[in-house]
Amino acid sequence: MAQKTVEFTLGRNPEMGVDGRPVMGPLAPIDLPEPDFASENMLLNIGPQHPATHGVLRLVVELDGETIVRCIPHIGYLHSSFEKLGEYRTWNQVVPLTDRMDYLAPLIYNCAYAMSVEKMMGIEVTERCKLTRVIMMELDRIFGHLLWLGTFAMDAGAFTPFLYTFEEREKIYRLHEAYTGARITTSATRVGGMMSDMPEGWARGVRDFCNGLPRTLDECVTLLNANGILLSRTLGIGAISGEDALNFGFTGANLRGSGVAYDVRKDQPYYDYETYDFQIPIGEHGDCYDRYLVRMEEMRQSLLILHQALDRLEKAGGPMDVPDPRISLPSKTDCMSDMESMIHHFKLITEGIHAPPGESYFPVEASKGELGMYVVSDGGNKPVRWRVRPPSFVNLSVLPKLMEGHLLADLIMINASIDIVLGEIDR
Amino acid sequence: MAVKKSSFDSVAAGPAPSADAPDASRPATASTPAHPSVDALRGRFADAVLHHEVVGGDEHVVFVTPERSLEVLTFLKDDPGQRYDLLRDVTAVDYGGGRPLQVVYQLFSLTFRRALRMKCELPLNALEIDSAFWLWRSANWLEREVFDLFGITFRNHPDLRRILMPEDYAEGHPLRKDFPLRGRFSRAEQTRRALSQELGHYYIQQEIDMGGEPQSLPPSMKELEARPEETAAG
Repeated sequence: MAQKTVEFTLGRNPEMGVDGRPVMGPLAPIDLPEPDFASENMLLNIGPQHPATHGVLRLVVELDGETIVRCIPHIGYLHSSFEKLGEYRTWNQVVPLTDRMDYLAPLIYNCAYAMSVEKMMGIEVTERCKLTRVIMMELDRIFGHLLWLGTFAMDAGAFTPFLYTFEEREKIYRLHEAYTGARITTSATRVGGMMSDMPEGWARGVRDFCNGLPRTLDECVTLLNANGILLSRTLGIGAISGEDALNFGFTGANLRGSGVAYDVRKDQPYYDYETYDFQIPIGEHGDCYDRYLVRMEEMRQSLLILHQALDRLEKAGGPMDVPDPRISLPSKTDCMSDMESMIHHFKLITEGIHAPPGESYFPVEASKGELGMYVVSDGGNKPVRWRVRPPSFVNLSVLPKLMEGHLLADLIMINASIDIVLGEIDR
Repeated sequence: MAVKKSSFDSVAAGPAPSADAPDASRPATASTPAHPSVDALRGRFADAVLHHEVVGGDEHVVFVTPERSLEVLTFLKDDPGQRYDLLRDVTAVDYGGGRPLQVVYQLFSLTFRRALRMKCELPLNALEIDSAFWLWRSANWLEREVFDLFGITFRNHPDLRRILMPEDYAEGHPLRKDFPLRGRFSRAEQTRRALSQELGHYYIQQEIDMGGEPQSLPPSMKELEARPEETAAG
């Protein structure tokens, strides 16, 4: 991967070890005799509101001194049963539920849901809609990664990157607001298209953002990549082998940090991702530091995709929505002047779309990992089952394995490095 | 129609299939394209593979008898010709109306870049299936979620507890079609339960065992506590 070599500036003689990692001297003499205290393990409760747990996550850990013997995560504090609610809503009414899951990258969830329903119904969306969704998804991948970068650095003790990344996130918030009218709860997609065409100059706004981001990333790299504190808190911490990571269900940057080049955009391409020119960064050691490097590089790769998609968007004209009166709303002018269109409008608003019986599982590479939307229809206007394969949920289930034998302080770092969002874990 | 219908009736009844719709749990497919793994399964487990269909354009679904699901999953994971090394998802589907629950496994093979969906149908009076935990560790929480929300028991799962709902949740399994949207208990009862101060509400038995008996203060601290509070004047 591109960012592999790091410069080490803390030690007196910066030497590189055989594994390409800077050699670190011990911070304290390690062969001190251990005092022999008769001790018993201690039970410690962290959360559910502790700031370093990134949401209402509760961890109960069994400690031997400062070493973690066992860690039991408890989730469900945000559970609102979105999947059950979805069964009582028409196909398009489910969209607002999706962006409340991963509120750090809402557009990916909007798009993934619409894509799965379209696949089930056999709808092929227009070229312009495809490109818009690709732009939205890549934008929100950066959106999610920027928040992760800020909080990851802050958990390691560095406050400045948090301010830098939130400044960049504010720009994406404004782009969200310009398109959808909302900063977080975007609800931008509809089955067969988008809520509207993009406003004048929105694509230019995205381009400006793309041109400005590398500078901020470079500043963060300068602050973090060879930072002694970050290195000592992440190198070799929470390491997992590629085989284990796959077996435990790690996906996304966490899996790629362990050296498995699995990315849904490459392995099961959707929306012409195979025609974009981009690389999949992978790590070697599977520790917190490699996961950090992978995500940093992923943001730059997303920028590459964004530039290509914006270029294609300039050439792609045509309508945004599928020109099918059973799926897309007619224009206001048609509605007011044409009887047929008015009937279609009335039917779509009162009954919603009727999906033919069938089902579809649509995997998408979200910012946290593989996001799968599984929808089942029995021919009605509501889903029989709407299932979200939540990437953070499965990633979090690996946490007890990653924690084994590490210190309590490392718990915070490991938890920060796997990038979870509780809204989507609890759903 | 003399019966006055409330608009909430349809909400309470939940999604119902339309009268003329074909049975959605088994859409009729005329000719299904071949899938290498399904062919291998048919050759090896001829009596276990019930049905094969293609949905959503290119997604292959294979129905397997629940008794032999673990054998089939083991074959799919370990056979050099299959190598489904990623268990993407375990979930269940309830079509309502007393029809069997479907357990759905989403498998993906990184080696062959091939996806397969396996389904097992469980009748409502025998909601039990073998756990896939010992093949893929990712099944751990996914199966716990299915157990929690659908009430399907996974045999040999090492830690089958509720995961999203509270440990002492007594209203049933929320994602089943016969579960009302607002829950079974009254709002007041739900609140009372949520605010209960039982130890078991916050800690699972494993943790209570780990922490030992709730300890009293050491003697030195007791002395300190018994002392009268020092005031600025005194």
